[in-house]
Amino acid sequence: MIEALAQMRRHPAALWVAVVLVAAALLVLPFVLASVGTAWVRITNLAILFIFLSLGLNIVVGFAGLLDLGYIAFYAVGAYTYALLASPHFGLHLPFWIILPIGAALACLFGVLLGAPTLKLRGDYLAIVTLGFGEIVRIFLNNLSQPVNLTNGPQGVTLIDPFTIGHFSFARSETFLGLTFSGPIKYYYLLMLVLLAVIVINVRLEDSRIGRAWIAIREDEVAAQAMGINTRNIKLLAFAMGASFGGIAGGMFSAMQGFISPESFVLVESIMVVSMVVLGGMGNIGGVVIGALLLSFVPEVLRYTVEPVQRAVFGRMLIEPEVIRMLLFGLALVLMMLYRPAGIWPSKTRKREFAEQD
Amino acid sequence: MRTAPAALLDARHIEKHFGGVAALAGVSLTIRRNEIYGLIGPNGAGKTTLFNVLTGLYEPDGGRFEFDGINLVGLKPHNVVGHGIARTFQNTRLFGNMTALENVMVGRHVRTHAGALGAILRGRRTMAEESGIRRRARELLDYVGIARHSHALSKNLSYGDQRRLEIARALATEPKLLALDEPAAGMNATETAELRGLLIKIRDDEVTILLIEHDVKLVMGLCDRVAVLDYGKKIAEGEPVAVKNDPEVIRAYLGGALP
Repeated sequence: MIEALAQMRRHPAALWVAVVLVAAALLVLPFVLASVGTAWVRITNLAILFIFLSLGLNIVVGFAGLLDLGYIAFYAVGAYTYALLASPHFGLHLPFWIILPIGAALACLFGVLLGAPTLKLRGDYLAIVTLGFGEIVRIFLNNLSQPVNLTNGPQGVTLIDPFTIGHFSFARSETFLGLTFSGPIKYYYLLMLVLLAVIVINVRLEDSRIGRAWIAIREDEVAAQAMGINTRNIKLLAFAMGASFGGIAGGMFSAMQGFISPESFVLVESIMVVSMVVLGGMGNIGGVVIGALLLSFVPEVLRYTVEPVQRAVFGRMLIEPEVIRMLLFGLALVLMMLYRPAGIWPSKTRKREFAEQD
Repeated sequence: MRTAPAALLDARHIEKHFGGVAALAGVSLTIRRNEIYGLIGPNGAGKTTLFNVLTGLYEPDGGRFEFDGINLVGLKPHNVVGHGIARTFQNTRLFGNMTALENVMVGRHVRTHAGALGAILRGRRTMAEESGIRRRARELLDYVGIARHSHALSKNLSYGDQRRLEIARALATEPKLLALDEPAAGMNATETAELRGLLIKIRDDEVTILLIEHDVKLVMGLCDRVAVLDYGKKIAEGEPVAVKNDPEVIRAYLGGALP
């Protein structure tokens, strides 16, 4: 695949054809999925949200090398910000283009709050602290129903507004040119637009003065300081940027689901996002996207295939789908780490492949 | 241009203790502009500790030093670089998974300004700065003679090339004083000779050099002045020939006077 990409670089026309083909495929995709079942459109949308999360976490873990096991907390902050400002819970119904920036800013603030006291920590120690931070946020969400009912506790927030622009609602089904645009399909297109922006932002950040400073800190903090990098500020910037991505993803999650509760933001979700980043290839944007897609889709595919396959092979169900799903999932992770520890598409190979051009 | 011996670095009675051990027991030295100043001494004499104090990695327990007329004591390493002291490390500390070119580009950090917003928007000023960074980094790789390895990961470079890359990266910060911690360690005779040529070239381009080195031959042939540290004290300072014949120095190195 990498060689194919290198080939394409040399032929701009081929590159454009490829881009157009991929774009066309992505435009048609939701209708193909919808013909299989609307559930698959929803699964795809969630997978895109997980790409946002992985790319955000990639800034912290992949670029700056700071292991963050509580990343889902920022997702929670964004999700609850949206839910509380656009639901009957407080009777507030602000438009999403106001709430999403607020959510991103709040998540950013939380990122700095987490980052500031942990600046001296690295590796395992940082992982433990961030893990604790993630749990603290979740427990607060669970318990902030008293004395003032802020979060509605474990019941969560319901009837969250979908995204609306004027009379155009992202939740309603509409028929246009003979095609049925269901709610999830509309969100799909919105998510694709945002995804494009998020990827462009990430690529640009990586290949910049700031991106190089992050990577330098990951590689050698003392040497980075000796190059004039203010490691404190640059690390905080990584936490803040990563957290904002999580905040925006959270807000979109809230609107798409219409219902959120603290259960959506448990530790396993944080670990899942870290796995996506590590599995795909820490520090490489393309790898991270692939990691997020795989870990989002494979469990779902298994959910739908494990039972029929067992019936076909053994004539009856031997093992519950849920059990075997996690079993295979764990096995896949172990094998990956044994045979491709740097991830599916590791960082830097790309650079070496293109070394002669520049 | 080597007229009046104006001091670039003026250190007075620098002290640094680790627990009960006095790594530096009141060391004073002055480095003049555009000279190569050698710092030698047996292992554990305090050379690297002095380096770390001068570059802001350690805060001295006593004493003070002025660099180019400004007191730098208590500044963080990233601020010290801004004032014009760049360094290399005894065991090279490159950014291993970055290419040689990127390593030098990181060295431009302290002299450039683009922030995250600039990086995302890629305005004209950011792009101009970025291409300036890239251009300067290429020039410097060429300057130290490893331009052909621009796109190799720095961890894959040969030992001698890694040393050169570290020097290029330090030069990228536009230092007035380049502090080199054993740049010839582990080099063979050819590489050492080439390094010597490079250091003279750097000095001739008006960058003052502070050199810690074990290779006495290199130091004696290269340095304008030499100081000798032993047990955290400066026991000699002066022209290489004079220092070499100083009985105190001979005692420190050989454990007693020669017959």
